[in-house]
Amino acid sequence: MNSYLKIDHVGITFPTDNGPLEVLKSVNLDIEQGEFVSLIGHSGCGKSTVLNIVAGLLQASTGGVILEEKEVDEPGPDRAVIFQNHSLMPWLSVYDNVRLAVDQVFKRSKSKAERDEWTRHNLELVHMSHALDRKPDEISGGMKQRVGIARALAMEPKVLLMDEPFGALDSLTRTHMQDSLMEIQTELNNTVIMITHDVDEAVLLSDRIVMMTNGPSATVGEILEIDLPRPRDRLALAENPQYNHYRAEVVRFLHERHEQPARVDVKPEETVTEEPLQKVKVAAKPESLRLVS
Amino acid sequence: METAVVERKVFDIDWYHRLLALMEGDDLNKRVTQLIHSLIVPIAAIGIFLMLWGAGAKNVETSLGVLPGPAKVWEQTVTLYGEHNAEKDKETAFYERMQAKAEKAREAGKPQAKIDKYLNRKYVGTATFVDQIGTSLLTVMSGFILASLIAIPIGIIVGMSNTLYQAFNPIIQIFKPVSPLAWLPLVTIVVSAVYVSEDPMFEKSFLNSALVVTLCCLWPTIVNTAVGVSGVSKDLINVSRVLKLSWLTKTMKIVLPSSVPMIFTGLRLSLGIGWMVLIAAEMLAQNPGLGKFVWDEFQNGSSNSLARIMVAVLAIGFIGFMLDRGMLMLQKNFSWDKSAVLR
Ligand SMILES: Nc1ncnc2c1ncn2[C@@H]1O[C@H](COP(=O)(O)OP(=O)(O)OP(=O)(O)O)[C@@H](O)[C@H]1O
Ligand SMILES: [Mg+2]
Repeated sequence: MNSYLKIDHVGITFPTDNGPLEVLKSVNLDIEQGEFVSLIGHSGCGKSTVLNIVAGLLQASTGGVILEEKEVDEPGPDRAVIFQNHSLMPWLSVYDNVRLAVDQVFKRSKSKAERDEWTRHNLELVHMSHALDRKPDEISGGMKQRVGIARALAMEPKVLLMDEPFGALDSLTRTHMQDSLMEIQTELNNTVIMITHDVDEAVLLSDRIVMMTNGPSATVGEILEIDLPRPRDRLALAENPQYNHYRAEVVRFLHERHEQPARVDVKPEETVTEEPLQKVKVAAKPESLRLVS
Repeated sequence: METAVVERKVFDIDWYHRLLALMEGDDLNKRVTQLIHSLIVPIAAIGIFLMLWGAGAKNVETSLGVLPGPAKVWEQTVTLYGEHNAEKDKETAFYERMQAKAEKAREAGKPQAKIDKYLNRKYVGTATFVDQIGTSLLTVMSGFILASLIAIPIGIIVGMSNTLYQAFNPIIQIFKPVSPLAWLPLVTIVVSAVYVSEDPMFEKSFLNSALVVTLCCLWPTIVNTAVGVSGVSKDLINVSRVLKLSWLTKTMKIVLPSSVPMIFTGLRLSLGIGWMVLIAAEMLAQNPGLGKFVWDEFQNGSSNSLARIMVAVLAIGFIGFMLDRGMLMLQKNFSWDKSAVLR
């Protein structure tokens, strides 16, 4: 009851043309202040729906969300959302996009000069100070996402909600963004829920990874504690057995639940003993390979 | 001397190679190529059109003589402009005369009322072609602006609320296709019944034309504004919800700017329709303007009438084109959606 953010038996049912569709069923999750939690699960299982319920953009059919002992029933800047497609106002400059949020949230508590200062500070935090006057159309996808993050951070949210924040970015940019995010996280220690499809991203960034079962009636399948020291360095971690173990755990979960939905029970030992010379396909991610002389 | 030398260089024997080099395309060269495309090609096309027109027109015999070619039309353009200048000269002369008379009356110690009578006398001349253009432009802009002032707010409200959309939609759909010519008698009768004033600010004929324009300009703007407003990205609406923007702030900061491109599309369509509608209304109702000019020339049936009508047709087309370009420039200026291809 006294956890910072509590997702308590949340279920949601959408009316559809083919009758009601229960997307989530009894989702339970307790998150501590300053914790970084990733949600992972296959497409369409209901991750965004969970996030939107926490954001207050959707209403749970059963159960509820409690933030600092108060029930969440509408959206608000204390739960800032970073959307996958950045959702910046295309007609506003980078500065004005953040300023719009700052003006709204600190209408009364900050003077004009302070709001200007705060806007610039948050853009500085995401290294976007050089492009204050540019329009979203004039900056790259990674930069847009940085501005989106700056806007969310500028609201000083209690919880930062990120829906596949880096999903639309190329892998190099994504790497940079993850590093930036870790840097910011070290500094501000936000409470974060992040949806991702990327196993490495989840392990690298999270304190805990929440793996969701397949929908409909999706719920929390397993929760994996990531006990790796911070600050984390992606290059060092690549060789860390613990890191690779966590990766494997997540992959195993996703694989089990999604590659074999019919769940044909084949015992692995038996197949191996019966046909020892069976061909095996081995796949390796190129970034995990290292040449040794 | 300097310039002469430079020009010689441009027309060097080498020009063909230069042209090829231009095509290859660093930035400056690209612009030159663009210039060729945007200037030379249209000019050539117009030239060909004029030639075909000249050649074709000769063969069409009408009750008013041979269909005029470009030369004849040009001649009439000059004549019409000359007539306009002559009329303006007459007008200035008239006012000078009245001024002189007033002066004389003052010297003769006539009462002030008499002097004022001279000074206040209005010149009643015939409306020239240029005057008619002015009248038409004024009318169309008045009608269009009035329509926009009504249509944009309605469009916003209709676009934001599903219920209101359901309510307005049938009305809009039914009135949208109504021809201006059907509105005209109604408007005329209603205006003469409702607009009774000792000292009218506007001519009734002006009101009639402008209101018909308004009635036809409303719909495209309403429809496009509503589409723009209802099409505001769901993510942006979510942003406004997370920020807890008030209804007014949301409308002003998110909904309105986001639908500006669509609003302008509607306005552009409206102005185009308004201009066409106005000419028809002026013809039918004999209200002053370009339409009346065309109709008068048609009734006149002099040997020059055909050429004069053609001048009017070209003027109508040209003005319509300029109005559209003007709206396009506004749209480009105000629209954040720079990626949209506007033409
Ligand atoms: N408003 C709605 N009405 C009906 N069904 C919905 C609605 N919103 C979501 N759903 C359904 O809920 C399920 C979960 O959707 P959700 O967007 O949460 O999935 P997701 O896990 O975020 O998927 P992805 O990884 O592809 O983003 C989907 O099957 C979707 O069709
Ligand atoms: Mg999603």
